[in-house]
Amino acid sequence: MSASRIRSHRRNLLRLLGAGAATHMLPFGIGRAGAADKLVVGVIYVGPRDDFGYNQAQAQAVAVIKKLPGVKVIEEEKVPETVAVQKTMEAMINQDKATLIFATSFGYFDPHVLKMAEKYPSVRFAHCGGLWTEGTHPKNVGSFFGYIDECQYLNGIAAASASKGKKLGFIAAKPIPQVLRNINAFLLGARSVDPKATVRVIFTGDWSLPVKEAEAANSLIDQGVDVLTCHVDSPKVIVETAERRGAFSCGYHASQAKLAPKGYLTGAEWDWQTPYTQIIKATIEGKPMVNFLRGGLKDGFVKPSPFGPAVSAEARKKSDAVKAAMMKGDFPIFKGPLVDNSGKTVVAAGKVLGQQDPLLEGMNYLLDGVIGQI
Amino acid sequence: MSDGGDSLAFGSLALALLGGALRVSTPFLFVSLGECITEKSGRINLGLEGILVLGAMSGYGVSLASGSPWLGVLAAGLCGLVMGLLHGGLCSLAKVNDIAVGISLMLFGTGLAFFLGKPLIQPQAPMLPSLELGAWSDSAQLQSALRINVLLPLGLLLALLLHWGFRASRWGLALRLVGDNAAAARALGYPVVAIRIGATAAGGFLAGVGGAFLSLYYPGSWNEGLSSGQGLMAVALVIFARWNPLRCALAALLFGAAGALGPALQSQGITAGYYLFNAAPYVLTLALMAASWMPGRSLAGAPGELSLTQR
Repeated sequence: MSASRIRSHRRNLLRLLGAGAATHMLPFGIGRAGAADKLVVGVIYVGPRDDFGYNQAQAQAVAVIKKLPGVKVIEEEKVPETVAVQKTMEAMINQDKATLIFATSFGYFDPHVLKMAEKYPSVRFAHCGGLWTEGTHPKNVGSFFGYIDECQYLNGIAAASASKGKKLGFIAAKPIPQVLRNINAFLLGARSVDPKATVRVIFTGDWSLPVKEAEAANSLIDQGVDVLTCHVDSPKVIVETAERRGAFSCGYHASQAKLAPKGYLTGAEWDWQTPYTQIIKATIEGKPMVNFLRGGLKDGFVKPSPFGPAVSAEARKKSDAVKAAMMKGDFPIFKGPLVDNSGKTVVAAGKVLGQQDPLLEGMNYLLDGVIGQI
Repeated sequence: MSDGGDSLAFGSLALALLGGALRVSTPFLFVSLGECITEKSGRINLGLEGILVLGAMSGYGVSLASGSPWLGVLAAGLCGLVMGLLHGGLCSLAKVNDIAVGISLMLFGTGLAFFLGKPLIQPQAPMLPSLELGAWSDSAQLQSALRINVLLPLGLLLALLLHWGFRASRWGLALRLVGDNAAAARALGYPVVAIRIGATAAGGFLAGVGGAFLSLYYPGSWNEGLSSGQGLMAVALVIFARWNPLRCALAALLFGAAGALGPALQSQGITAGYYLFNAAPYVLTLALMAASWMPGRSLAGAPGELSLTQR
């Protein structure tokens, strides 16, 4: 929205004025002494830090790195995925002397992070969610992400076990590969419990549209769906709506258990402190930028929420068994034969896609059993 | 991919649209009625979007602190009243453009709400209760479609009251006179400035209540993305409703239904072109605006003093 853009411009201006004033008051050299011996890390969020969702998961990791010795963290919230993020990055680099920047939203990567990385080759840029490619992207850029589809598979097990009619609902923002992978993993988890389970998908069109998300949750429940999960920035509204209507819910990004004490089954949570710490360590030790960083349950990048009271003992057992296999690293989620919901074979019989397979990061189909279209 | 026959799917789509209209329309209704009062007096307040967001935030905060959602609604209304007074007062100064003041008020309201609302994103405030109008039916879908908040019937009543009041009451006539011809009103001894400030403040109050509905009933949480431009859309609604409160109510319901179209179709498995269906309310705005600004039949009922209609 234009309002927030203007706000962040204004904030940059204020910071500029503030920085100018501060250096004027101090004798030369002293103003910068504190920053020089510490690594200044800039973190940029697309929404508020306490949104019960995506940004909160990032902020929880940032709270951990703030305690690391020799690290100073500066943060800015609600930076839109526009040229505004370039201005924020430049302000962090020039005014605050940041040398490592975490750009945490998907849309920051291309072109904004890439442009800034070329302009400031001595600054490191860590982006969450992008796909860094050898040869095409600058060496001072890295992308980190987690295989959260593993937790979505576990969500699917809990959801199908709790559902009476085996009709599940998934409220998604946009049909990008990460989202489609989550929807498909959720379906496969559900189908491992009941091969007839279906997942109805509603795309709202953007990452944060509370009224539309509530509307989507209500219309899914009206259609007989009794378990909801989602991939939007803040699942708060969806989880609360499900609880009010007496439906079950599986969380996403962070734990929403507090919001739905009765119906919350489990959830797919990020555990970003692992990649954050690794990237900061490499920077402090002067090692090259970690360009491509991925991990799942086994690596501590993602974790399931603790089970809610509505999850049966049987479902817990099944979920824990799959989780144990994932922790050992021998549970590929996508193995052939897999057919998409238009009848086309997308993974041939006998073919197994490991979690690291780049094919999965370009997923562009919904599997058979998902009711919806990209 | 439908579960039953086509007629069943159609019936359930109609129900979903009805439910959507009843759930989503209330903020549109209150903001557009408020704007209707303001514009009848010859002023335009584009800042209602900011007032809506500020109302949502303050309503949520007061409900959380006091434990009573109704106190929250009242606080939201009072916040809107103060903002309306500010707009009305500023616009009464010489050579002040009400559109410019409205835009700055919009940015001020949203900015202030985001700033003060930071600690309110996490906690859960007590919600407004709902009325179970569908309790007689054994269809769960009908029950949920008819589960409404008492603010909706209040808003519809208010629309009726305003419709009657604008035509037949003394204050309604004074308001319209001030809005149509300030010189004549002044000659008759009406306090033009005071009436306009009062009308803007009343409009602000209603917009604040509309905001409280967003945070305290549906979707029922405070979040910085809570309003997706409802306040601005409501201003457009007033123009296409030709400053008639009953048409405002109708338009608000229509917008609610249009907003429910995208999710409702997708939940039934009709998923092609969902971007188009999701855009339905905005397409509707454009179409209605284009239709209502058609030359020849334009602007019947527009207050003559409105800066929007003066050239």
